[in-house]
Amino acid sequence: MNDKLVIAGKSYSSRLLVGTGKYKDFTETRAALDASGAEIVTVAIRRTNLGQNANEPNLLDSVPMSKFTYLPNTAGCYTADDAVRTLRLARELLDGHSLVKLEVLGDPQSLYPNVIETIAAAKILVAEGFQVMVYTSDDPIVAKQLEDIGCVAIMPLASLIGSGMGILNPWNLQLVMERVKVPVIVDAGVGTASDAAIAMELGCHGVLMNTAIAGAKDPVLMASAMKKGVEAGREAFLAGRMPKKLYSASPSSPTAGIISSTRS
Amino acid sequence: MISVNINGETRQLSGSLTVAALIDEMGLTGKRVALERNGEIVPRSTFPTQRLSDGDKLEIVVAVGGG
Repeated sequence: MNDKLVIAGKSYSSRLLVGTGKYKDFTETRAALDASGAEIVTVAIRRTNLGQNANEPNLLDSVPMSKFTYLPNTAGCYTADDAVRTLRLARELLDGHSLVKLEVLGDPQSLYPNVIETIAAAKILVAEGFQVMVYTSDDPIVAKQLEDIGCVAIMPLASLIGSGMGILNPWNLQLVMERVKVPVIVDAGVGTASDAAIAMELGCHGVLMNTAIAGAKDPVLMASAMKKGVEAGREAFLAGRMPKKLYSASPSSPTAGIISSTRS
Repeated sequence: MISVNINGETRQLSGSLTVAALIDEMGLTGKRVALERNGEIVPRSTFPTQRLSDGDKLEIVVAVGGG
């Protein structure tokens, strides 16, 4: 099936995007990413250890840029300024790579996005030539504003980052999808495979997750489940589901030719 | 000697140190890093020619696992 995910003019076969955080070690990270089939992976940008041993293992060795499309994020940023600085550093770090994930958080307890700072950062980043995939709330008005600014993908949360609560408001997600034309990728709060399938059945173009896989008892197996969940949900969406009807129960077997009943 | 803040820590360095020399001293040559000096990105290509000044504030970053 030629059903590629197209972001900023580039095609991807996998609609599952995966984070590289919270795994036991880099071996597990790579095994989970491989099992998930993800092509786009998020990474964080952090200070290097000043006393660093030159032979310390690093992410780039286990998750090479030659095999994966890196999506640097702005995790831990609470202001537009910090997010912009972080992504400028990321672009320099990754040889001019301009596809980025923008997230500006509002408070450390809920990790809920600060959409006002997000909008401010998006304006600056788009003007500087970044291709911005923007993490946001499920507010459809904000989503449209972010698209109008020039973001290449809108990434509304299903529920709080790391909460595993699944999709709490499918109605808002639907409103978002009705209003924007760029890809809508559910990001944050996915907990298990059915959550990912539901997102895709709603018509979302992809799903981004990290804790759902890294936080599972068997991350590699969950990664495989998520791959199938996203694919199943996408096929179900494209197949066009039967309608839900409360009062029109309709049997699947013929009503003619039933043997006479002994019931009086 | 000059006083330079690197990743939040103050270090005393020799006065005419280039960024490339600092990176080398820190064992980071050949590693994929990015550097910000006083809020501005320092392109990797200019590491050998940029000399540090007293009071410089550097951020040296790498890619790590994250969601």
